[in-house]
Amino acid sequence: MSEGLSVIEGVLRGQRETLLAEWVKAQLAAPGVRTDLISESELRVESDRFLTALVEAVSADSNAMDIMDPRWDAVRDQLTTLSRTRATRGFSPTETATFVFSLKEPLFELLKSTEGDLVATIWSATQLVDGLGLYTSEAYLRSREEVIRRQQDELIELSTPVVKLWQGVVALPLIGTLDSARTQVVMESLLQRIVETDSAIAIIDITGVPTVDTMVAQHLLKAVTAARLMGADCIISGIRPLIAQTIVHLGLDLSEVTTKSSLADAVTVALERTGHQIVRRKSASAE
Amino acid sequence: MAPDAAERIAIDSDADVVTARQRARALAVTLEMPSTDQTLLATAISEIARNITTYAVRGEVFIELVRDAKGRRGVKVVARDQGPGIADLERALTDGYTTGGGLGLGLPGARRLVDEFDIQTAPGEGTTVTLVKWSRSA
Ligand SMILES: Nc1ncnc2c1ncn2[C@@H]1O[C@H](COP(=O)(O)OP(=O)(O)O)[C@@H](O)[C@H]1O
Ligand SMILES: [Mg+2]
Repeated sequence: MSEGLSVIEGVLRGQRETLLAEWVKAQLAAPGVRTDLISESELRVESDRFLTALVEAVSADSNAMDIMDPRWDAVRDQLTTLSRTRATRGFSPTETATFVFSLKEPLFELLKSTEGDLVATIWSATQLVDGLGLYTSEAYLRSREEVIRRQQDELIELSTPVVKLWQGVVALPLIGTLDSARTQVVMESLLQRIVETDSAIAIIDITGVPTVDTMVAQHLLKAVTAARLMGADCIISGIRPLIAQTIVHLGLDLSEVTTKSSLADAVTVALERTGHQIVRRKSASAE
Repeated sequence: MAPDAAERIAIDSDADVVTARQRARALAVTLEMPSTDQTLLATAISEIARNITTYAVRGEVFIELVRDAKGRRGVKVVARDQGPGIADLERALTDGYTTGGGLGLGLPGARRLVDEFDIQTAPGEGTTVTLVKWSRSA
């Protein structure tokens, strides 16, 4: 172990109670401390647990002070959990990383009265605290990204309902922009529902899709082909005049697919093909 | 063609392609362009911006309002990347030609969707596509 690290280990073990008390005090004195979001006793418990993990890791460290090494697993895990909890509670990235960075001052203070090369010791301590602080910030960002990704996935699923219209007929009303991630999910759930409902006809309605480019068209055509392989015919409806013009200019060939300008037309065709007939009674209240 | 206002959009993902076409629509609206023309323009941008993410990974799109000598106004779009470039431009502009498993209609389709279309490209030199859609009103 480097000299700096063993001096740090000495302080962590020998003056742990002083360090803990001063560190908690520093956290409470830090600008923007969130005592509204975390209690003092909770802070003390977290800090105490962190010091336990830290002293273990420092003793086990092979001089390299590589916090990505498995010997630092417990320390990193604790920082990851702490970042995730704080991100969910509404801490900012700075407020979260303050947990680690506020350890610097009390630690340096105690290191000042140690034997040996003070500059080397302080340098090791700086590297250590900075490394852990940066790790905390990254863990915070990662947990935020996870939340965003999860919400996006949920939104995608929410926004793509495949509805059973009638025995043997399902419909997929598409609304909004179709990027490739979403189109993928949509088409998969359509095929899934065709199987589940044993449908012979699937209506894909694109009334709510603002732009139909060649990528969207390719996804649609693939879905139509896949549905056909499963024994279901697709009708693409909701082709508004401006989308029709775009399709013509792009040179897209939809001649193999049944297309209808409105969803109502598509429903009529679907019911006819499944052997139904829509009849209007003379008056709704006649019976 | 003197620019009135220009905007740069970095193209790096699907979401950026959507941003580029929304921005172009917003500019087209200020010219009171009919919604059909807005859609044709947005689709053309979608094609050339998507080609950036597919073939060059990243690049940029510039969108600006322009005016010609007669005072006619329009939206000009420049899509630029430092990707592999296109070796055989004539083939790339042919309906159905694709090296990426697409439909091969992006470039030729985009050309038909707008009023002016130009590509500068060479292998290893990247690709720059320029489009203009003119407003039909004065
Ligand atoms: N920005 C670009 N950089 C490199 N090659 C491109 C670029 N844009 C288009 N190409 C080439 O031109 C071909 C035709 O493009 P396009 O008409 O959009 O059809 P698709 O994207 O479906 O292949 C592509 O397959 C690709 O080889
Ligand atoms: Mg393309």
